[in-house]
Amino acid sequence: MTEFEQPVLSVSNLNKQFGKGCPSCKDLNEDSLKKNYCPVCGTVYACHDITFEVYAGEILGVVGESGSGKSTLMQCLYFDQEVSSGEAYISSYKDGKTDVFAESSQQKRYIRNHIMGKVYQNPLLGLRINFTSIGNIAEKLIAAGNRHVGKMEARGKELLEHVNIPIYRIKEAPKNFSGGMQQRVQIAKALSNNPPLLLLDEVTTGLDLSVQASVLDLIKTIQRELQITVVIVSHDLGVIRMLADRTMVMLDGRIIEQGLTDQILEDPQHGYTQHLVQSLL
Amino acid sequence: MRIEYNFAFFDEGSKREIRRATLKAVAIPGYQVPFASREMPIARGWGTGGLQLTLSLVGKKDILKVIDQGSDESVNAVNIKKLITKTTGIKVTDEASEATIIQSRHRIPEIPLQSGQILVLQVPLPEPLRYYEPSELETKKLHAEQEYSGAWLMLFEQIMNYGTMSTGADHPAMVHDRYVMAPSPIPRFDNPKLNHSKALILLGAGREKKVYAVPPYTRVESLAFEDFSFEVESFKNKYCGICGAKGVFLDEMLDDLTGETFYQCNDTSYCLQRLNQESAGRGIYNDRV
Repeated sequence: MTEFEQPVLSVSNLNKQFGKGCPSCKDLNEDSLKKNYCPVCGTVYACHDITFEVYAGEILGVVGESGSGKSTLMQCLYFDQEVSSGEAYISSYKDGKTDVFAESSQQKRYIRNHIMGKVYQNPLLGLRINFTSIGNIAEKLIAAGNRHVGKMEARGKELLEHVNIPIYRIKEAPKNFSGGMQQRVQIAKALSNNPPLLLLDEVTTGLDLSVQASVLDLIKTIQRELQITVVIVSHDLGVIRMLADRTMVMLDGRIIEQGLTDQILEDPQHGYTQHLVQSLL
Repeated sequence: MRIEYNFAFFDEGSKREIRRATLKAVAIPGYQVPFASREMPIARGWGTGGLQLTLSLVGKKDILKVIDQGSDESVNAVNIKKLITKTTGIKVTDEASEATIIQSRHRIPEIPLQSGQILVLQVPLPEPLRYYEPSELETKKLHAEQEYSGAWLMLFEQIMNYGTMSTGADHPAMVHDRYVMAPSPIPRFDNPKLNHSKALILLGAGREKKVYAVPPYTRVESLAFEDFSFEVESFKNKYCGICGAKGVFLDEMLDDLTGETFYQCNDTSYCLQRLNQESAGRGIYNDRV
């Protein structure tokens, strides 16, 4: 990785607040205690001044306790939620010179359909559970401008085979599948048009250990094969240790520490990270 | 007690409101314009959308034809005609070429429509993306952003499940390269008739409170895939058992006595017209089998 290489995704000063805010919120942000909730007006600062970069072929892990703003960050990156302020640049969209948060909703949809893939924690959000599994994969391909049934069917079969869905079940609706299978269909869907950027939001939470292992294995294999860039959110340090090259730790909507995964796990600097690592190991 | 209704049942204000929505619909081909759908003396789902459009458009010199499932004499068609003639006193006809306003459900007449005519279609579900996305708010966004993968996805699902596009009616169509429209429950057979139609086509959904339109000479393209092209229902080697017509939309019937299957024109007035012309000895239809 050279110094001059452009990051695949670069986010600067991303803020997301729920609520209007009030004058006393300002003090809150400068408060050394750094809480993310204003007791006066009830505004929640879910993400505060998030700045990070992800480079090609890299896996970035995001850890943090429940309610620390990990998922909100992912939703902002996938345009599920509108950011309050901040900028983001994606290298494969208009040469990375346009702030994607400032684009029209039509352009955002284009970016989602062509450049990004997302796997939600809850498969119901990422899938149309009443449509066939192969139809779910076709949905993303159609959205990316594909209009050839034969090609889409072949691609869908290839992907579903890759994620170990038996071939005789590909025309079944995901609502009949187990949670692990649904998650795997979702991964196949997210990967269907080879997106340069993949966002994974707690993909393994709620799956049993053997399925967890196979899903993680799958992600790792595919990532190595296709050299895609991944941002993975998890509160499971085991997942982060296995997958992530670099990790950032979030607490109360702020990034409190970031660095190489080994460094974070072996030599944590911040009190919360130390606590987190201690409680696991 | 005798109640005197205003001309064409509605008061003038109501007619104006519906006409205003209709004008907007004509100005934006295929776009669903919301309108204040009135309570009608027929039940919702029996053509109230179409009826309101017809009543708002009808003038003293108009000649009306009403078709229901291809027939001029079915209950619904007769009652709609009764309501309109009682409140306006205009003439009704069975002949598609003679009518100035044609209200229809399920079919577009076999005789090509001419400029100056208006075809009013009754629509049960105006939203082509409804089965894909149940939320009205979301489908509005999808239309605004011209995001129609859902419409194609539904066709893809049919191909996966049945090997072919199996829309019996209401095959979605792209209007003027912008909006995808549900062309009411007309069979696929009639979809090509929408394309560059000489007549104005208005579609009204009373229950869903929407009107939309295909103005004359507008491009209407039925959705299809690169390797699965759009095809109309095929009636190859089949003909009407009464008038002998070929290449028209046929109904399959069962002979009660012999148990044999035979076919008959779905458009009854077209069938009748052919028989009349033949018996008058004009002999322009020589293809009788």
